[in-house]
Amino acid sequence: MDSIAESQRTLYPYVTGSSVVAIKYKDGILMASDMGGSYGSTLRYKSVERVKPIGKHSLIGASGEISDFQEIQRYLDELILTDNMWDDGNSLGPKEVHNYLTRVMYNRRNKFNPLWNSLVLGGVKNGQKYLGTVNMIGINYEDDHIATGLGNHLARPILRDEWHENLSFEEGVKLLEKCMRVLLYRDRSAVNKIQIAKMTEEGATMFPPFSLKTYWEFSAFKNPTVGAEGSW
Amino acid sequence: MFRNQYDTDVTTWSPAGRLFQVEYAMEAVKQGSAAIGLRSKTHVVLACVNKANSELSSHQKKIFKVDDHIGVAIAGLTADGRVLSRYMRSECINYNYTYESPLPVGRLVVQLADKAQVCTQRSWKRPYGVGLLVAGLDESGAHLYYNCPSGNYFEYQAFAIGSRSQAAKTYLERKFNNFTASSREDLIKDALIATRESLQGEKLRSSVCTIAVVGVGEPFHILDQETVQQLIDTFEIVREEETAPAEPEAAAEQDAATDQASGADQGGAGNQGGADQGGSPMDI
Repeated sequence: MDSIAESQRTLYPYVTGSSVVAIKYKDGILMASDMGGSYGSTLRYKSVERVKPIGKHSLIGASGEISDFQEIQRYLDELILTDNMWDDGNSLGPKEVHNYLTRVMYNRRNKFNPLWNSLVLGGVKNGQKYLGTVNMIGINYEDDHIATGLGNHLARPILRDEWHENLSFEEGVKLLEKCMRVLLYRDRSAVNKIQIAKMTEEGATMFPPFSLKTYWEFSAFKNPTVGAEGSW
Repeated sequence: MFRNQYDTDVTTWSPAGRLFQVEYAMEAVKQGSAAIGLRSKTHVVLACVNKANSELSSHQKKIFKVDDHIGVAIAGLTADGRVLSRYMRSECINYNYTYESPLPVGRLVVQLADKAQVCTQRSWKRPYGVGLLVAGLDESGAHLYYNCPSGNYFEYQAFAIGSRSQAAKTYLERKFNNFTASSREDLIKDALIATRESLQGEKLRSSVCTIAVVGVGEPFHILDQETVQQLIDTFEIVREEETAPAEPEAAAEQDAATDQASGADQGGAGNQGGADQGGSPMDI
């Protein structure tokens, strides 16, 4: 802890991204996040790309401190560059990138200078689909569907019920939209500008941002305090 | 090669553009006992001739497992070979720790070659005096590489290094076109035959050679003496009888009785000879 000047350790995040949700589907991986960068409770930046392709086989999604995500992107650029420079037909797949990131995150945590992110790493290589996550304290695991932050509490129960092997692309997108809609309603740091990305054996596709349709006419919201304890 | 005034330092060029110290290091490889490698699409086999200093001592270890998917056979200064094997093991395990994935052979070989090159360009170092046959598997299939003391490396379908390796190479040159499609057993057989060529007259026994295999679904491992002896018996007998492809067990049983002479020399075959004789009329 004393090898770095105290003022240079990460103590708290400043500009943060909210949840990322990702699933495996028939042809590969689908990953979604909104494009918001919050500055505390202010929804300050509205066009932050929080899902990026990495190399030929992987997608990375990040929540948490945006500047740390940018730093991670630089690490990964260097990693992929070195990998390409070998020029030998071998390439790092999503599993390798995930493990590399796990080592980085855990090592930073041990130095008490974490990268304040929860990352989702997904991809396809040689027909094998891979989806995993690693967070700022180095916890990492793989699963068929992954979410970060509030997504763990709001999106994953939906996914546990409705995810199945061999979802088609349309079914997958609908499922992700359902999760993102719940997050939009219930997560105060969510913004209504969603980015979905797809990764298959052929490569990555980043879809253009779109907004979700929302409905605010539920009668229960019209007079929210009717019938509440102590209200009149 | 004769002594000359340009061969003292590795950092001195000769007027003809040669680095004599590097060439002398390659000579050291030729002094070591033979090491042979061959590969098919899915397997790589390494074989080497074991020379012991005297009957009292043990053989030098010339084949090293580097990782589950990579192994190396060396010829030349075995001490240098051991050190390089340790480096290779270290690289493999570090890569595996970071990426949870096996290090591609091609990359290991380049790292090894770059390490060797450093020793050809420092006045306070000397080149490694060992040639390495690196056998390994990666995503693109089975590979066999040869790393020189000069820092060069080449990929081969089959190769032999060390003393009397030319005999083995000649045999391999005749047969290599079939190797890609070879089965594991045929590949091992060819390795044993090539080893026998290097022995030039001396009897091929499992005590003078070591065989190692790596393949798809088969981690790198050295075959134990008994297995090797059985394999030798299988094809040795076939060769002496000059019969067409014999099924291993049937041929061995049939011929153990008639070939007592060769059976006696081979330690491992003693088992075979005794067990199924029972009331054999050939027991004289």
